[in-house]
Amino acid sequence: MKIWTCIVCGFVYDEAKGLPEDGIAPGTRWADIPADWACPDCGVAKADFEMQETPAA
Amino acid sequence: MTPIVIAGSGLAGLAVAREFRRLDAATPVVVVTADDGVSYSKPMLSNALAAGRTAAQLASADAVQVAAQLGIELRPWTRIAAIDRDARLLRLATGTLAYGRLVLALGADPRRPVLAGDGADAVLTVNDLAGYAVFRAALAGARRVAILGAGLIGCEFANDLAATGLGVDVVDIAPHPLGRLLPPRAAAALRQALDATGVAWHLGRTPRAVHRRADGHRLIVELDHGPAIETDLVLSAIGLAPRIALAAAAGLATGRGIRTDRLLRSSDPAIFALGDCAEVEGLSLPFVMPLMTCARALARTLAGTPTPVAYPAMPVVVKTPALPVVVSPPPAAAQGAWQEDDTADGIAARFVGADDTLHGFALVGAAAVARKAALAREVPAWL
Repeated sequence: MKIWTCIVCGFVYDEAKGLPEDGIAPGTRWADIPADWACPDCGVAKADFEMQETPAA
Repeated sequence: MTPIVIAGSGLAGLAVAREFRRLDAATPVVVVTADDGVSYSKPMLSNALAAGRTAAQLASADAVQVAAQLGIELRPWTRIAAIDRDARLLRLATGTLAYGRLVLALGADPRRPVLAGDGADAVLTVNDLAGYAVFRAALAGARRVAILGAGLIGCEFANDLAATGLGVDVVDIAPHPLGRLLPPRAAAALRQALDATGVAWHLGRTPRAVHRRADGHRLIVELDHGPAIETDLVLSAIGLAPRIALAAAAGLATGRGIRTDRLLRSSDPAIFALGDCAEVEGLSLPFVMPLMTCARALARTLAGTPTPVAYPAMPVVVKTPALPVVVSPPPAAAQGAWQEDDTADGIAARFVGADDTLHGFALVGAAAVARKAALAREVPAWL
């Protein structure tokens, strides 16, 4: 399980936690999130702004 | 082919270029920018000190890399003197640049406080990456920083600076931090959380002057009443003024920002505007999510499919780790009242109309913030 950080606003996506509010189940890998998904905090597209891979704590 | 010219290489300008390229690989795109054309995230500037990030680390790509990645021409250090709408060209310091369609993504200037005193010229602002570099360098050796303005950027900087161990004073005419966004109890909770990080508040006060101390090393901020503040640095964060002068000089309709319709067209159908410089159907929203929404719609319009922009309610995330805040401000015309409820670690406030419509909300603390997405779905679309 990995953690990804939005480089525009700092939003953190934790694969272990998912985003149940956004319809993304816990354990969903970054690669399995739809390409048209956008950052829930700032709206930046998944495809167009890289997320930084950081090691899980 | 006459290019699409984009004026400005901030988040808005580059987002339009990127989204347009996904739809149209052929039409030439030229981005002109007054600065170095380095790509960076402006929202990160008020959140980068505690993380120890330098300006260089915040830069994600330089002008050459951006141009290559997006398949565009990017002209750094290029100021636009005037727009010649009849000839459809920009007048630059060196020559002219013809456009088929022009996109104004000019951003906004920080509003400057009116201050007397021999230290007024020492007041800094952080409105771009270069400003961040200057501010970070000026912090070397500083022990205290005074922030003018307790709005979103002021509170974010207060939290970030306090987290680095600096003493922070915050001055605002309003009685609460985030006074224009938060109802009283939510604002009080944020104030207490920042108190605990060492922020000292000077609320209900107006700065009058900044003086240099006789020894030349420190600054004194004189207020309209109450004790003066002795500090090493003064940072002004009292708001933004959309950059409208170029558009106004060209005869385009302007209000608070450059006025556009839902197609993001200005009063000249060949000229579009988005981002912090724009006023879209009366809405001037200097945040990332609205500009990304606009960039996607405008890219489709420029690629041949006229696409009116639609704004759902777009809550604003305030980056104050001491106490997270999310606000969906009620529209100016909304009638109703705030209802503030306690949560485990903060306040969940709802702005509710007479017919029980949820027009906006303010969430303070992690427990309340977790309800953001669910509440946002209840709020009627803004546009």
